[in-house]
Amino acid sequence: MSIWEYANPKKFLRTTERILPPLWLVSGVLILGGLIWGFFFTPDDYRQGSTVKIIYLHVPAALMAINAWFMMLVASLIWVIRRHHVSALAAKAAAPVGVVMTLIALITGAIWGQPMWGTWWAWDPRLTSFLVLFLFYLGYIALWEAIDNPDTAADLTSILCLVGSVFAVLSRYAVNFWNQGLHQGASLSLDKQENVADVFAYPLYACMAGFILFFLVLVLYRTGTEIRLRRMKALLARERMSDA
Amino acid sequence: MRDLRLAFRAGGGFGLGLAFFLIVTVMVPFSVGPNSATLATIAPGVLWLGALLACLLSLDRLLALDWEDGSLDLLATAPLPLEGVLSIKALAHWLTTGLPLVLAAPVLGVLLNLPAGGYLWITLSLLIGTPALSVIGCFGAALTVGLKRGGLLMSLLVMPLYVPTLIFGAEVARRGAQGMAVETPLLMLGGITLGSIALLPFASAAVLRVNLR
Repeated sequence: MSIWEYANPKKFLRTTERILPPLWLVSGVLILGGLIWGFFFTPDDYRQGSTVKIIYLHVPAALMAINAWFMMLVASLIWVIRRHHVSALAAKAAAPVGVVMTLIALITGAIWGQPMWGTWWAWDPRLTSFLVLFLFYLGYIALWEAIDNPDTAADLTSILCLVGSVFAVLSRYAVNFWNQGLHQGASLSLDKQENVADVFAYPLYACMAGFILFFLVLVLYRTGTEIRLRRMKALLARERMSDA
Repeated sequence: MRDLRLAFRAGGGFGLGLAFFLIVTVMVPFSVGPNSATLATIAPGVLWLGALLACLLSLDRLLALDWEDGSLDLLATAPLPLEGVLSIKALAHWLTTGLPLVLAAPVLGVLLNLPAGGYLWITLSLLIGTPALSVIGCFGAALTVGLKRGGLLMSLLVMPLYVPTLIFGAEVARRGAQGMAVETPLLMLGGITLGSIALLPFASAAVLRVNLR
């Protein structure tokens, strides 16, 4: 029994079909519970008022935006090294989820920033590096869409993901450096985790766990869809062959 | 290797990137107004952005011509490793596009009222940074070489990869123009360039092999 057994699409589908419904349920309960708990049963922050509650969407989404890329990186590596198709498809399936998470993080951040910082957008290092990450996701998805041959597409996107990861990390530090050069330490610290009181923290943990599971569920589900799509294509191709 | 470089120089539009650089730089005062103080502030950034765009524009010719007439397949089967071929290609691209940009930048700096201290640093930062643009661009070109509408897609793919180079390069030029210390961004820029030259040809060659399959 090893993880490589799930490289077999049939086994992958059978297992995910079994574990997906409970996972849907748990992640849904966690997110809904966390959000309701966070929105209605925590006190308003004495300085930020009720806007503090956007943290329950913002932080988990940001967390998953980065980890989705990381998961794609691992899946791409597995594809490049061991050439398991399920892995490539999982990377493909994760990208749009990652894009949406990045967008949620950016938009909720802007909505929070408008009353708090007095601006929708600032060229703060974190904001900027998320924007760059968003561009990376777009490029990655566009490359998947542009290439017809699935194996070629998987190869090219995997290498793009590897190279892109290096440059994404580089951008992160470059942007950090660049902004300090502009603002000299007058940083807009988004590091809320450190000073979050327990009342806010517990629902936040629930939301984060929920988002992680939700991401997992979506990726497994979408990977299953991709596998079925490819199977369907193979069947259609075979049919055309027998007709001809 | 040398006649490849010569052929490349004859085949590619040598002055086109340069002309584009000039046009972009000339368009900037029209769009932001002729206020010389404003122009002086943004001059380093504009020069860097112009150079970057000129580089990007000339990338699709980097491999496309050889792809169309099939010489890329020959090069791939040649005894010279593909990594080497692509390094030479990137070098040729830099010689035909990057180097003229470096030389033209101070002249265009005059048009943008660049402060006196900035000329040395804009030239130096472009000199160090543009090879990275060529190598990264070569990767992008290899990635999209077989595609019909590769040009736009390549811009989308290559632009995010240019972000660190642009930040550090423009930072060197900006600090130099304002008379501040430039060592740190300069070293970072050099590091990015050297790292890209050392590692990216392998990625480009791997991608190109997939595309030639």
